[in-house]
Amino acid sequence: MSSFDSMKQSRTGALVGFALMAVALVLLPVLFGKGLGNTWVRNLDFAMLYIMLALGLNIVVGYAGLLDLGYIAFYAVGAYLYALLNSPHLVPLLQGTGLEWILGPSIWIVIPLAALVAGSFGVMLGSPTLKLRGDYLAIVTLGFGEIIRIFMNNLNHPVNLTNGPRGITLIEPITLFGHSLGKPLHLFGLEIPPLYQYYYLFLALTMFIVFVSIRLQDSRIGRAWVAIREDEIAANAMGINTRNVKLLAFAMGASFGGVAGCLFSSLQGFISPESFGLMESIIVLSMVVLGGMGHIPGVILGAVILVFVPEALRDVINPLQNALIDRKIISGKIIDPEVVRMLMFGLALIFVMLLRPEGLWPSKRRRAELHPKTDDIARQEKDSVADAERNHD
Amino acid sequence: MTEPLLEIQGIHKRFGGLHALNDVSLSIKRGEIYGLIGPNGAGKTTLFNVLTGLYQPDEGKFTFNGKDLFRQKPHVVVGSGIARTFQNIRLFANMTAKENVMVGRHVRSGAGVFGAVFRPPAAKREEAAIHARAQELLDYVGIAARHNELARNLSYGDQRRLEIARALATDPTLLALDEPAAGMNPKETDDLKKLMEKIRKDGVTILLIEHDVKLMMGLCDRIAVLDYGKKIAEGVPEVVKNDPRVIEAYLGVAPE
Repeated sequence: MSSFDSMKQSRTGALVGFALMAVALVLLPVLFGKGLGNTWVRNLDFAMLYIMLALGLNIVVGYAGLLDLGYIAFYAVGAYLYALLNSPHLVPLLQGTGLEWILGPSIWIVIPLAALVAGSFGVMLGSPTLKLRGDYLAIVTLGFGEIIRIFMNNLNHPVNLTNGPRGITLIEPITLFGHSLGKPLHLFGLEIPPLYQYYYLFLALTMFIVFVSIRLQDSRIGRAWVAIREDEIAANAMGINTRNVKLLAFAMGASFGGVAGCLFSSLQGFISPESFGLMESIIVLSMVVLGGMGHIPGVILGAVILVFVPEALRDVINPLQNALIDRKIISGKIIDPEVVRMLMFGLALIFVMLLRPEGLWPSKRRRAELHPKTDDIARQEKDSVADAERNHD
Repeated sequence: MTEPLLEIQGIHKRFGGLHALNDVSLSIKRGEIYGLIGPNGAGKTTLFNVLTGLYQPDEGKFTFNGKDLFRQKPHVVVGSGIARTFQNIRLFANMTAKENVMVGRHVRSGAGVFGAVFRPPAAKREEAAIHARAQELLDYVGIAARHNELARNLSYGDQRRLEIARALATDPTLLALDEPAAGMNPKETDDLKKLMEKIRKDGVTILLIEHDVKLMMGLCDRIAVLDYGKKIAEGVPEVVKNDPRVIEAYLGVAPE
């Protein structure tokens, strides 16, 4: 917590930096689109989604220290909620019930609703796990994630709610101020394609989530979360209602996931239980850990790297193999690029974790935890020597 | 005689076959320093944990400041005005000294998610008050200069002080200290004694577990002695010191 004065002094500098960053973020999809093609604008959209997910999981894992391996379930809840309300799937089911009005709600309703519903699921996951920590908690949350996915997979009978493994299709894109994001937008003589529009919407929501994360971190609630992570018994003995504060962490984290799920559903136009497997939970957790648990810029960096690097590897390996085939050095593709991609990805993760267990861009707190500064150690030793000497007198 | 601040009657606590507290009754008066001594394993810390809500007693009565606290959760106990420190220091090691004390203010503040995110004026005022009070308490225990240091990097004596500041941040009526002088040298013990006297002068009642008998005799108004989960003596230090049962508990029976 820096002092107020130094904050004021650096305010102008921060404003300039902020303005530059805003311009860069606005121009980013144009650069990506022109330079690397539309796939990369899409990757950019996904980077935003994963930043939201990683920031949500960061509240649970990074702040409150509760290892959650089923986080993707909340993403699924948000995605299915949006899909059910914005596709023809429920129409036959609702016919004649007088409930047709719930279909096609405004985005201003559906996004807060997704946050709320996913948050409730977060509390549902949280309440039976309150007394668990570490690996036990991880197992239960993993089970929860799988249960949600299995429900999505099997809730197609007796009542066809989720359409089972075939998933939900024909999901309407988000409509904002009467304009559907599925159609190109004409603005000041410029044509903005849907992928770009989604980017700007996702960016805005990501910014909001970053803002909420920063504000929470530096607050009474945020301090209570960190206190629980540091020492739950002491936190309890200092008057923190650990049950409520932990449930709040689960709910907040889940609500970010729900919002991201909504957006994913709208962008894809199609969802199925396959998108919400354990691997997804693990990838989001890797983003948090790789970037730096509990540190917002680190978590964002982790998410961006883990979205972009595998895609970049795909772009490198395919042309490389094709070139080798052309020159008759190899006859036909030796390896599936997907396999190489995952191999390199795995190796990279192992190396980062070995060399920088605190993450690529850790908070001061975690850096101190895992790499005590040598002078700190020296001072502690000096203290204990001095203590021992004084006690001898 | 004033009405007791804290009163427990017939408290029992069993861990499986171990009867850790056996029919313990005591009452602490407002404004006194009340000591709790006894050999290792006598049940002092168990009693402490019962009084601060970390353990739920099996039987008995527990009233504090006119409020029934029997089997209440720790945060309710803290809210009612009992704060504690731990025998083996339990600070939030990777938070700064000031943040540790700020956590102590949690129970006396109320900003929720909305307040944290949108920071209406009331939430801002509350946060500023938390900062100010935390700094004030660090100054009170004498470690104001180290407010920005991570708790883990503080010296042992300063960590003990920080734990007291964190407990005081909950605005307690009763401050329960579990062996605060453990591992301290005579100079530090003396400073600690002065700090405790200052805290008492400022209107906080103190419950103290300590092994340093000399310290206890000079500091406490009354002392209770526990042995094998039972209270075997209670009274002013002079009387307790000469009680044959106390001598027996500490030294064994003199051969006839």
